[in-house]
Amino acid sequence: MTQVRDLTAAQAADAVRDGKLSATELFDAYRDAAAADELNAYLYVAEEPNVSGGDLHGVPLAVKDLFCTKGVISQSGSKILEGYKPPYTATVVENLEKAGAPLLGKTNQDEFAMGSSNENSAFGPVQNPWDRERVPGGSSGGSAAAVAAGTAPWALGTDTGGSIRQPAAMCGIVGLKPTYGAVSRFGMIAFASSLDQAGPLTRDVTDAALLLGHMVSKDPCDATSIGRPDEIALPRSHKLDGIRLGRPDDLSTEGVEPGVMEAYERTLKLAEDLGATIETCHLPHADHGISAYYVIAPAEASSNLARFDGVRYGLRSNGGDLLSMYTHTRHDGFGAEVKRRIMLGTYALSSGYYDAYYGRAQRVRTLIATDFKQAFENVDFVVTPTAPTTAFKIGELADDPLAMYLNDYFTVPMSLAGIPAISIPNGLSDGRPTGFQLAGPAFSESRILDAAYALEQAIGFDGSETRK
Amino acid sequence: MNYEPVIGLEIHVQLSTRTKMFCGCELSFGEPPNTRTCPVCLGLPGALPVANEEAIRLGLMIGLALECDLAPTSIFHRKNYFYPDLPKGYQISQYDEPLCRGGHLGDVRIHRVHLEEDAAKLVHAGSSGRIHGSEASVVDFNRGGTPLAEIVTEPDVRSAEQASEWLRLLRTTLRRLGVSDVNMEEGSLRCDANISIRPVGSQEFGTKTELKNMNSFRFIQRGIEAEIARQKGIVESGGQVEQETLHFDPATGSITSLRSKEEAHDYRYFPEPDLIPIAITEELLASARAALPELPAARAQRFESELGLSADTAKLLAFRTEYADFYEEALEGNGSEPVPLANWITNELTARLGDEDPQQSKVSPAALAQLVGLVSEKKVTNAGARQVLDKLVADGGDPAAIVEAEGLGALDDTGELDGAIDAALAANPDIAERLRSGDMKPMGVIIGHVMRETKGRADGGEVTRLVRSKLGL
Ligand SMILES: [Zn+2]
Repeated sequence: MTQVRDLTAAQAADAVRDGKLSATELFDAYRDAAAADELNAYLYVAEEPNVSGGDLHGVPLAVKDLFCTKGVISQSGSKILEGYKPPYTATVVENLEKAGAPLLGKTNQDEFAMGSSNENSAFGPVQNPWDRERVPGGSSGGSAAAVAAGTAPWALGTDTGGSIRQPAAMCGIVGLKPTYGAVSRFGMIAFASSLDQAGPLTRDVTDAALLLGHMVSKDPCDATSIGRPDEIALPRSHKLDGIRLGRPDDLSTEGVEPGVMEAYERTLKLAEDLGATIETCHLPHADHGISAYYVIAPAEASSNLARFDGVRYGLRSNGGDLLSMYTHTRHDGFGAEVKRRIMLGTYALSSGYYDAYYGRAQRVRTLIATDFKQAFENVDFVVTPTAPTTAFKIGELADDPLAMYLNDYFTVPMSLAGIPAISIPNGLSDGRPTGFQLAGPAFSESRILDAAYALEQAIGFDGSETRK
Repeated sequence: MNYEPVIGLEIHVQLSTRTKMFCGCELSFGEPPNTRTCPVCLGLPGALPVANEEAIRLGLMIGLALECDLAPTSIFHRKNYFYPDLPKGYQISQYDEPLCRGGHLGDVRIHRVHLEEDAAKLVHAGSSGRIHGSEASVVDFNRGGTPLAEIVTEPDVRSAEQASEWLRLLRTTLRRLGVSDVNMEEGSLRCDANISIRPVGSQEFGTKTELKNMNSFRFIQRGIEAEIARQKGIVESGGQVEQETLHFDPATGSITSLRSKEEAHDYRYFPEPDLIPIAITEELLASARAALPELPAARAQRFESELGLSADTAKLLAFRTEYADFYEEALEGNGSEPVPLANWITNELTARLGDEDPQQSKVSPAALAQLVGLVSEKKVTNAGARQVLDKLVADGGDPAAIVEAEGLGALDDTGELDGAIDAALAANPDIAERLRSGDMKPMGVIIGHVMRETKGRADGGEVTRLVRSKLGL
């Protein structure tokens, strides 16, 4: 590994600022590494940096395929958008370009962000740099693998039910899902509108804070965006004095790998050593999160994906008449998991079933949000393992969608509640990374980052092994 | 058995905002296809809607004018169905929490008023004119996303004629509000009708059918009449009306089924997650209130009570905003009395202009006021003034100058009138004889002769008086 790519994103930005490294040299190093990627993490690699200067000093950025980038393929991992080049750029990518982060490449993902393994990509699965027979997690699997393999200094992902945090955990990097509304969704090819949020995938907590700080904005093009009341500060804290960590007693640990559980317990001890107290907290409805999520997200997706009809862009498979053009296009263009969720969502919204499914799921969602509000009256953060397992083998769960869905068990409740949560590397189990999740109240990102930073220093995880 | 029709109306009104309902594209007025589009109104991947505040304000103005209850918060829903004119695969509309509920216009109650976006325009190649059987279809997205207010009435209308009259009142009210062009031919005002029949005296509703998209008052009236007749025919021959959506073809007068109840869409409505609720602020409401003009019903009342017009004349004027505006402008001119001026407009001007907007015609309000003044001063007769008005409609100009140039001034010079009467009596000796003998019936013949000879410049009353005195009656 070259010295240039040894630097974290924040270190690289400082080096360019201080004249110790040229932005061109930095970009070229990553461009060459991304072009030589063997993990299938990239669907596109840029030739030249499209911006320079700014606060981020030309540190290149890998961007999940589903972000629209003007004139550059943006396919959301789907055959139905194969080769599609949008005429505009997503607000969050534009914000980062203005801050001086050039586009390094577009990363592989589960089709329309539906999946927890990146096996649902129309462009083939991504390999985990820790074990190339295993998945990187998903749906932001390409972004996570690229950062873990050191072919990108940092990356953008999106999280709907865990799609940033779970791949971050499986690849041994940091992933943060911001408060819903902190970051504009304009130009993100939608999966589930009320849940989707863009967030950073980075080597460490400092990089996550730096990237997030330049992502947030109140966007006039996104009615649900609210930006943030304050600036994201770079984390400094090495202590957790007075911090109360809530350990939920209502989330089942059945099905959690022993190694993952051990790592979780070990880190709780470390937290106590840093001055934190561990308290039991109650999230009585969180156990129903997966059930509610797999009604709400497919329902919204079934509507969001209706625009892929072969009329204006993307794939068109001609039939004889209008109806056969629709059915052929969508038959040929969507993968099995996308079709499954469109069917689920269409059913859940059907007249006569709406109240029993969508209506009830929304009520559960409200209850879960209330659970968190009440929990945060007694604790500062809720802490869980990020995912119940470490990375599984490619193909291992391909025929068991329910087992795959359960991988989101610990991440979905925060998505439903719209609150921020981070996953940090939590050591290895059987040689594979595990993740530790901290979730806080809406807009508590700065405090979450501070606590995560203190834990990160104490855990002392070394991810350099996969960055070759 | 006698049957009574029960009719409810659904009216789609394109709102006159500068930009579209959910994006920044300007509204289109015949621009080349697909030039008023952006990622949002093309439904491109990743694009998001943002509600147009001006459309909400215009919607509130409609709600205020129709005396609706305005919802402090209302939300948008997605109405899901596939069609090439619907780029997102759903229409953003309002469902169970609309902007306005209740209210009335005249004697018809309003059920609700809500906001939504218009579909794009489809053009089908080939002879069928419909998507089925056409060789190819193209889509123009210029119209897609235009703001619409949908006004839904209660089933209070009882005849085709009432429907057509009420729609005229609604159109005038909307035009007066300035919220829409309300042009039916261009589709900025579109009407669907829900129609059922029931035995007179029954309180229950029969099965209703929906008659779609009629684009003129005449077609609406004929379409509803045809549908009532069709339903009566079915019921009287022992059949049952089926719930279905129908199309009226004005060319043939025939009604065809678009889809049956079984084929009805399941629109899978759910709250639009990309938009936040519409919360009506005090400022927005105050701004909508301030923009509210005097409405046609109130204007008619004022014309009646303050200007002394008959109730019918007051309505004729007030319910056609363009004529009411013309009238009020003309009233400011010199020498015209409110009542004769109103009668000249409702009897003479409307007959000459038809559907043309008087403000766009060659007759200026001041010119008409001057003409009516000349009549009041007896400087020109009614018949002469009608000729002057013909000239004004054709070429415009100044009435006094036309009277002068055309020699249409009233004959106040008795010498000329005397001569004309003498000539008329001489030319009709048998009539003169009958008059002398006290039979006044043929007086009209003499008046007509004099009028012809004087090109209408004589006053009929004056001619009668002179004839009587000449014949010693
Ligand atoms: Zn537009």
